[in-house]
Amino acid sequence: MDMLASLLPAGIAVHAPALIVVIPLIMAAVAAFMPKGLWAWGVTLVTAIAVAVLSLNILGQVSTGGVISYAMGGWLPPVGIELRVDMLNVPLLLLVGIVGLLCVIYALPSVADEIAKKQQALFYSAFLVCFAGLLGVTITGDAFNVFVFLEISSISTYTIIAMGAGKDRRALTASYNYLVLGTIGATFFVIGVGFLYMATGTLNIADMAAVLEQNGHDRVTQAAFAFIVVGLGLKAAMFPLHVWLPNAYAFAPNFVTAFLASTATKVAFYALIRFVFSVFHPEVSFVALSFTWLFAVVGVIAMIVASVQAVFQTDARRLLAYSSVAQVGYMMLGLGMGTAAGLSASMLHLMNHALMKGALFMALGAFALNFGVRRVKDLAGLGQTMPASSAAFTVASLSLVGVPLTVGFTSKWYLVTAALERGWWWAVAALMLSSLLALAYVARLLSAIWMETPPAGKAGLAPARRLAPWMVLAPMSLLAFANIYFFFHAAPLVGLARAAANAVMGGN
Amino acid sequence: MWTPELSLALALAIPAIGGVAVALLGKYPNLREGATLVSAVLLALNVAYLVEIAPSHPVLELANLAPGLHLVFRLEPLGALFAAVASGLWIVNSLYSIGYMRGNNEKNQTRFYVCFCIAIGAAMGVALSGNLLTMFLFYEVLTLSTYPLVTHKGDANAKRGGKIYLSILLGTSIGLLLPAVIATHFLAGSTDFVAGGLLAVNEVTPAIAGVLLVLFAFGIGKAALMPVHPWLPNAMVAPTPVSALLHAVAVVKAGVFAMLKVGTYIFGPALIAAAPTSDALAWIAGVSIVLSSVVAMTKDNLKARLAFSTVSQLSYVTLGVMLASPLAMLGGALQIVMHAWGKITLFMSAGAIYTATKKTEISQMAGLGRYMPWLFIAYTVGALSIIGLPPLGGTWPKLFLMQGAWESGHGLLIVALVASSILNVAYLLPLSARGFFSAPEEAKLKKKPPMLVILPPVITAAGVLVLFFLIGPLRDYLAPVFLSSSLAAEAAL
Repeated sequence: MDMLASLLPAGIAVHAPALIVVIPLIMAAVAAFMPKGLWAWGVTLVTAIAVAVLSLNILGQVSTGGVISYAMGGWLPPVGIELRVDMLNVPLLLLVGIVGLLCVIYALPSVADEIAKKQQALFYSAFLVCFAGLLGVTITGDAFNVFVFLEISSISTYTIIAMGAGKDRRALTASYNYLVLGTIGATFFVIGVGFLYMATGTLNIADMAAVLEQNGHDRVTQAAFAFIVVGLGLKAAMFPLHVWLPNAYAFAPNFVTAFLASTATKVAFYALIRFVFSVFHPEVSFVALSFTWLFAVVGVIAMIVASVQAVFQTDARRLLAYSSVAQVGYMMLGLGMGTAAGLSASMLHLMNHALMKGALFMALGAFALNFGVRRVKDLAGLGQTMPASSAAFTVASLSLVGVPLTVGFTSKWYLVTAALERGWWWAVAALMLSSLLALAYVARLLSAIWMETPPAGKAGLAPARRLAPWMVLAPMSLLAFANIYFFFHAAPLVGLARAAANAVMGGN
Repeated sequence: MWTPELSLALALAIPAIGGVAVALLGKYPNLREGATLVSAVLLALNVAYLVEIAPSHPVLELANLAPGLHLVFRLEPLGALFAAVASGLWIVNSLYSIGYMRGNNEKNQTRFYVCFCIAIGAAMGVALSGNLLTMFLFYEVLTLSTYPLVTHKGDANAKRGGKIYLSILLGTSIGLLLPAVIATHFLAGSTDFVAGGLLAVNEVTPAIAGVLLVLFAFGIGKAALMPVHPWLPNAMVAPTPVSALLHAVAVVKAGVFAMLKVGTYIFGPALIAAAPTSDALAWIAGVSIVLSSVVAMTKDNLKARLAFSTVSQLSYVTLGVMLASPLAMLGGALQIVMHAWGKITLFMSAGAIYTATKKTEISQMAGLGRYMPWLFIAYTVGALSIIGLPPLGGTWPKLFLMQGAWESGHGLLIVALVASSILNVAYLLPLSARGFFSAPEEAKLKKKPPMLVILPPVITAAGVLVLFFLIGPLRDYLAPVFLSSSLAAEAAL
């Protein structure tokens, strides 16, 4: 950790929390003026590397020196905007930084294939804005700032999803749908923040929490809670506010889907945790009530209903999208347990799920790149024609089911243990049922890949083996490998998750 | 030099290295089969050493996943014995595989041998595991590694069988076994196998233990307790060497072995006896024994008949565990050994008949014994052992189980055991009779079966005979596991 903390010279390290947001924002403007897609990609890559390094450095700083509070522009909180890093948002910064970097490496061949040449620079620019927005939501310590960054990331997300229209024009309606719903969510959220401001007279999150603790809660803060949960729940694809997600994932460019699936909903989920646990307090009666009767119940319904929906999808990416909704259900359930064990299991699954879905969507992207595969039945025989990508896909899907030797197993272990600790046997049953449903939909994908024969090529020739470009293979294999590696070395991720839960729940 | 820890590691490493060697030598069939055979012999030697040192309980930590979660090997007599059975029969079965796969010109032989190595390695892992987590892990590896073997033929039938195979085994293990494992960890703070029973030591109430017992009994799908048995008959689409070693020995025995180990080291006999569900489970096992024998009667396909016979015979072990008396559990442990040798003989005979004549249905096999007398003698010996007649190894488990049933006050279950033996006679022996005494359909065999498919069943049949006389050492070896006064008293007599 000391090594990470001294990764950057002290002069830069001090400003790392600001730089991690500012660099992508500035680079977004730079990328927009690049004459060629390749150059814009270069800018994006440099940015992503910088962000990954900064996130590692911040991890080092927080683990050695405790909570970082950075006063933006020298204006001290609670008046000025505070950037605040503690053990809860460090994992998210790492996730966005490192998985983001892997996605960017993956982007070059994928984007070259899917986005018109003229638009590529603009595409990368929009992506960088989204990147900056997600990092901003994660790192800011100011409630209104969360709204601003949320909108920055959302609006750019609508754009990059819509750019999937080059391949399939349904991307436009998917994006439009998301735009309408996303805006409603953002509005709800900002109304909630407004109520809180009314009740507390401050926008700084830590300050809000202190004032609320002193003044107690009333109707206004209760309403604020409801608005905020709905607003952020929509962004995090909390059932039944997830309806925007399947189409958005299915029709966005492959790179965008891989990136969003492993970061965007996670960041929104983090924001939800931040508000529910830090601003409000888990011991306040209506918050405690919402754990059992809102988050846990909604989580369980999502785990089952969305998994069943996934089983019946014909489009491969839609199938995985429904699976994502179900997986968000796991995290909601963990949150709903309202215990440190539950929350840390939830955080662990958040990270693990990013590893799985990142690899899965990248592999689907590789299939699409080489063979234009979209539907489940088109996956037939890819095990023979693209063995490496298929292997990565297989590892990640087994992880999704929770088979041992993969991180999915670790996730499930901690979730079930947390449920048992809470005495929730029904939650254990739901977790297992959902795992079985996951097995059912994953089996459809895997049996198509490995058991079917590939369609014959032109003139009845046997279909040729086609290797995906190394820039696709490398990040994908790395993520798939991480799924196995972190099974054997679960301690770092489990440690991060525990520390995150303790950061907001107190205790050690 | 050859330390216990090294030996434990080698039990996993030899099949793994063997698998790599087989994969690398894929282009040179003779060298490839050489690699399989060398691994099999080395593994058997290594396991022989393990059997010897088992009472000293050496421990090897494989990996430390996270605080409180370890992958550990801890040797004990039951596991050593299971490892010995699986590795010993792997040698015989490898010889047989060579004869069968070449005799039938099967495709993808390299994949076949590689998966076989992985499966044996996983079986070793199950046998040597020192806690439930490790056992669960290798149990799943065993399921996944045998899937390509089951679907080896790749036709529609094989795919359908494979689907049922995988969905039942993975479904039960993830849906029932995994929560049971985690709940055990939650209740006891670890999943280690402890003499006297982990849950009993941690004073878990019989009611909760009863729930867990049900989860384990059905969650360990490989034990094929009805109604989670259909994967086994469906696995018969595999080439016969797979059915012989995996679905009569390694995979199914891994299932009942896991059941036995859970019964002995997680629950402990006292807790099982106190659990309210153990009686019901004993009766389900009893029904499973009789019912699947009845189903076996209706099958004309030889492998299908043998598969249902296996379902029936596996439930003997589950029955032994649920009766929770030392004698019954000893009977269950012996059944793992004895049934393995008997049933592999039968399966190898079925495959030899197929190789020579391409016949699969019993009704077509009239008179074949005249052309293949040694094979049919071997088959008959194996069948008699399964039925439980002396002087063959299969006698002992039935005897101990009956005594155990009586001892634990379940005298009625003896009826099930006797009924099953009678049914065994009725469905196993007609083939011998038809083979020797009916008039053959053809004047001569289409092709002479290769030596390598005839010799292995003869070897295992001889083994069945030898095992009958080895009961003394076997019992002395296993007795400390089921430490009990009654057994010790009897041994003194």
